[in-house]
Amino acid sequence: MNERRMLGSDQELLDEHYEKVIAEESVCISDNLVYGKPETLTSTPMHYCPGCGHGVAHRLIAEVIDEMGIQEKTIGVAPVGCAVFAYNYFDIDMSEAAHGRASAVATGIKRVLPDRYVFSYQGDGDLAAIGTGETIHTCNRGENILIVFINNGIYGMTGGQMAPTSLVGMKTTTSPFGRDTHEMGYPLKITELIAQLPGVYYCSRVAVNTPVHVRKAKKAIYNGFKYQELNKGLSFVEIVTNCPSNWKMTPVESNKWLEENMIPFYPLGDLKVPKKEN
Amino acid sequence: MKELKLMKGNEALAEAVIRAGCDAYFGYPITPQSEVLEYLSKEAHARTGMVVLQAESEIASINMVYGAAGTGKKVMTSSSSPGISLMQEGISYIACAELPCLIVNVVRAGPGLGTIQPAQSDYFQAVKGGGHGDYKLIVLAPATIQEMVDHVKLGFELAFKWRNPIMILTDGALGQMMEKVELFPQIPRSFEIFEWATTGKRKERERSIITSLHIQPEKMEEINIHLQNKYRAIEKEEIRYEMRDCEDADIILVAFGLTARICRKAAELAKEKGIKVGIFRPITLFPYPYEVLNKLAGNTKMFLTVEMNAGQMLEDVKLAINGKADVEFLGRMGGIIPTPEEILLKLEEINQGVLQNE
Repeated sequence: MNERRMLGSDQELLDEHYEKVIAEESVCISDNLVYGKPETLTSTPMHYCPGCGHGVAHRLIAEVIDEMGIQEKTIGVAPVGCAVFAYNYFDIDMSEAAHGRASAVATGIKRVLPDRYVFSYQGDGDLAAIGTGETIHTCNRGENILIVFINNGIYGMTGGQMAPTSLVGMKTTTSPFGRDTHEMGYPLKITELIAQLPGVYYCSRVAVNTPVHVRKAKKAIYNGFKYQELNKGLSFVEIVTNCPSNWKMTPVESNKWLEENMIPFYPLGDLKVPKKEN
Repeated sequence: MKELKLMKGNEALAEAVIRAGCDAYFGYPITPQSEVLEYLSKEAHARTGMVVLQAESEIASINMVYGAAGTGKKVMTSSSSPGISLMQEGISYIACAELPCLIVNVVRAGPGLGTIQPAQSDYFQAVKGGGHGDYKLIVLAPATIQEMVDHVKLGFELAFKWRNPIMILTDGALGQMMEKVELFPQIPRSFEIFEWATTGKRKERERSIITSLHIQPEKMEEINIHLQNKYRAIEKEEIRYEMRDCEDADIILVAFGLTARICRKAAELAKEKGIKVGIFRPITLFPYPYEVLNKLAGNTKMFLTVEMNAGQMLEDVKLAINGKADVEFLGRMGGIIPTPEEILLKLEEINQGVLQNE
């Protein structure tokens, strides 16, 4: 599939959802607008590989912060992993956490500054392997923060090792013959685990591989910040994304692989939405 | 008016935390320090509005401290030895990011799960680094419950003066015993906003970034040099110690914390036997009073270091004295507290040797 054709199929998808999405949310901007750089992003060139989803995810967060006008009141927490330098790109106050501890660091910030908007941005190794304890307990306490979880099924920064979310049979540098469940266990659907915790107010899984997915992802991020503003408790947004470099694919191939393998296992959509209040 | 109270060590320390105007405490239960978390859970929020949060682990506690300290608030945690071991990664990050905070270690005997009885076997961990990389904590070693109280106030002052983590290294006996203390009056919580802190980026300033990551080695070396310069300045300004009868002593006992007060009794007993015994007690373990100790070795030729470990501060005593006098050691391990009588026995033994040599 070449890029043009892929965009074509995305356009069809977009048409299908366009009305619904636009009707749902005013933060979605009409797509004939010429995009500028959000104020909340710095001018530092990103270190992310070509085609990586991190850049889009960063941009969406920055756009939401801009649109909500909360740049001066937002504090972000960066993880260890590919997004370790996230603080170079967001023009907001940020804290760089130890591996896996971002949600604990975010808890510390939010507890002493309850009127600020606090979010953590974490990869799958960070959030669902070394930081599982902090993740579960932060969510279970219902900390009034937003956790953005980037799931690409692999350790990017360290060079493509198996992640807790690597799919069964997926080849990585530490599962060179494919993830074997007998030896290596199963991919962890941590978002499903999180969704059932009473402290979690909002839980959604999105992607950024197509325009329509990007729009839905932005809405989910917006919801997360909005619920925080309303003091509702924890919001958890998983972004299923690609890792062209470590999946050893071109960006286009990786997006196709994502669509055909990752998304069927990690289905997109809301896992927990607030009950309608009268 | 003086406010005197009979209080348990851990509770007195917790009371001092509230009165010092602390903004947040993050902790996890572990014997023999759980009373700190319990006392704060009951008392603190209603009195000053401070945050008290029981974390899911010591790893989470120290990282909550990292996050909250990064906002410029007065924050702390406390634990006991195995819990402090778990915190070492976080402490290393805090030291590198130069965040002010207070960490209390109510030491119990190790290694491993060890026992819940008191020890001083975390001296190396507290004083020599503990976590990875070249960094230092300012380490305060109280010998009384009064000092545990006073060191909380002093600890926060030093933490903000130097933007450095401070450790109070006490032990299970001081934490659990009761003693008369004079409490300082309530200090109001400060709402000062620091330029370096993550409080939300205002238009007029650059964004604040709390990090210990500097990927360029040149930059990382620069950070290291800056830290080392700070530690040298701390060594110049913050050394604290106590001396008793050291001027014309035959033997000088060197001890910190709990063992220093046992040494007082031993020195009294020795005096009755006609042995002149002085006591040198470092109050700051980093910075360590090397020079003062070295000068004492000009007059006195025999030193006895007493510790509840296998000989950890002993290495610093030897470094300080640098061969100018003999350094003997008496240590008990595994949660055993040395008695004044066994210290006296050792003093007599040493004195005998000195007399024979003369």
